[in-house]
Amino acid sequence: MIEARQLTKRFGGRTAIQGVTLRVAPGEVVGFLGPNGAGKSTTFRIMAGVFPPDSGTVLVDGIDLEREPLTARRRIGYVPERPALQLDARVDRELAFIASLRDVAPGARQRAVDDAIARARLEEVRTRRIGALSRGTRQRASLAAGLVGDPPVLLLDEPTVGLDPAQSADTRRLIRELGRDRAVLVSSHILSDLESLCDRVIVLHQGRVLAEGDPATLGSRLRRTTYVDVEAAASAERLAALVRDLPGVHGVAPLPGHVHAGRCRVEVTADRDVRAAIAARLAGAGVALYALVPVEPSLEEAFLSLVGESTGEAGE
Amino acid sequence: MTKAIGIARRELGLMFGGPLAWTLIGAFTFLGGYFFYTDLTFYVLFGGGNLPAGLWRYVFLHYRLVALLVVPLVTMRLVAEERKLGTLELLWSLPVRDRDVLAGKLAAAVVVYLVMLAGSAIGPFVLWVMHPYPLAPLAAGYTGMLLLGLAFIACGLAASCVGESQVVSAMLAYGVLVFLWFVSANEAALGEGLGWILLGMSLFDRFYGFAQGVIDLRDVVFFLAFTALFLFLALRALGARAWRGLA
Repeated sequence: MIEARQLTKRFGGRTAIQGVTLRVAPGEVVGFLGPNGAGKSTTFRIMAGVFPPDSGTVLVDGIDLEREPLTARRRIGYVPERPALQLDARVDRELAFIASLRDVAPGARQRAVDDAIARARLEEVRTRRIGALSRGTRQRASLAAGLVGDPPVLLLDEPTVGLDPAQSADTRRLIRELGRDRAVLVSSHILSDLESLCDRVIVLHQGRVLAEGDPATLGSRLRRTTYVDVEAAASAERLAALVRDLPGVHGVAPLPGHVHAGRCRVEVTADRDVRAAIAARLAGAGVALYALVPVEPSLEEAFLSLVGESTGEAGE
Repeated sequence: MTKAIGIARRELGLMFGGPLAWTLIGAFTFLGGYFFYTDLTFYVLFGGGNLPAGLWRYVFLHYRLVALLVVPLVTMRLVAEERKLGTLELLWSLPVRDRDVLAGKLAAAVVVYLVMLAGSAIGPFVLWVMHPYPLAPLAAGYTGMLLLGLAFIACGLAASCVGESQVVSAMLAYGVLVFLWFVSANEAALGEGLGWILLGMSLFDRFYGFAQGVIDLRDVVFFLAFTALFLFLALRALGARAWRGLA
């Protein structure tokens, strides 16, 4: 089990994270979600023992990471966001080196390396130079480095970045498998990556934990609204006036248009499809419709929506 | 200690697995051999029969110049490349102390340097086989080269801990070593207070005794203290991640 209590870290005058508290139990896969710059990697680095927090505590199976760093770090498999392996080294030799640093007994090292290679499906490239591997395979080698020695806690920082869809699905399957008997914390800035993978998701924004819960509930909170871009033979202002009062429409914002067409973005409730209603309304007003394009909100937009909600709740 | 040995072995594997170590060892051996040959020729013509003053002094003063040129190129990648690749971050997450990391890197660089010194000893060895001579002055010279190399490696290692650019690391090491080399060139230009400290750190004068076959304990202590100071600075540079992050 790994537990972070009230972690705060500042670099110069900038607060990277503040009061971050989380807990991952064995047999649990917890997602750590946040846009770029939210403080995910800083939290991971503190929890992996790379550098200490300014305040707060990390406990690994009850061992204080700052007081007993070597004992605690022995139990952590950390996979940084960027594959962190020596490019000139062979896959199996690099893994054996990491096994030796993780205090795997000399007699058990070969088996530890073989296990990690098998789990990460690296058999075909085990004797290849890491620098000669594709980015996706290198990412899997980095994952194998986190697994070697079988640590009970895994910290995986954006493990699917750079992987193709098949490799990404494969990695998610592996993480689920690993999460059966380990405490796994996995970060991403893509909600859909975590939805199918995690028992619980923690949302980090601007260095603070913004929300926590099961992926389905959080997903519906994050995706409360979606958008439809409308392009028609009228000015953006007229389009806005025509669709603003339709059921399910929360707001309308003009977009840069063309000479003969106006464009606007219509914010609508996520579970309603208002495209037919918009088309009917424009046809009724004699406005030729050129395009109706549904737009999924970006994670940043969804976060901003959640931030607004959180601020509203705080103000109540 | 076991982990430091493991890190040193891996570092040596990487260094000798690529062209860098071989190129630098080759350069050291070639330049050392060239200087030995020209100095021997000079000694035969003008040396006056005094081997330490007529031959070894010039040979070792030239060897130290080669060491000054080559050693920062050995050390520049030691930590800077790990930082650039992100492998330093991985090392820091493993149950390894910073001092083990540094000890491993230091040991690997020392091994490469010893191979270089061995290459430079080919000429003196051939000469000894053909015309046996007293070995004590030669041993004193190589003791000086070893201590000087340790100091250079420690300085280069500290420079390599500062950032992720190997070029910056090498230039930083050159800057410090060349400055400390020539700081005593014009003693009058230095003030009373600071001048005394800088002159005390001058590398130039400290090696002179070794080159002539004399081992002065004060010089030995100086080089060891110089090495310890820069290893301490290297340790501090690694520990700086606590407040500056991984940038």
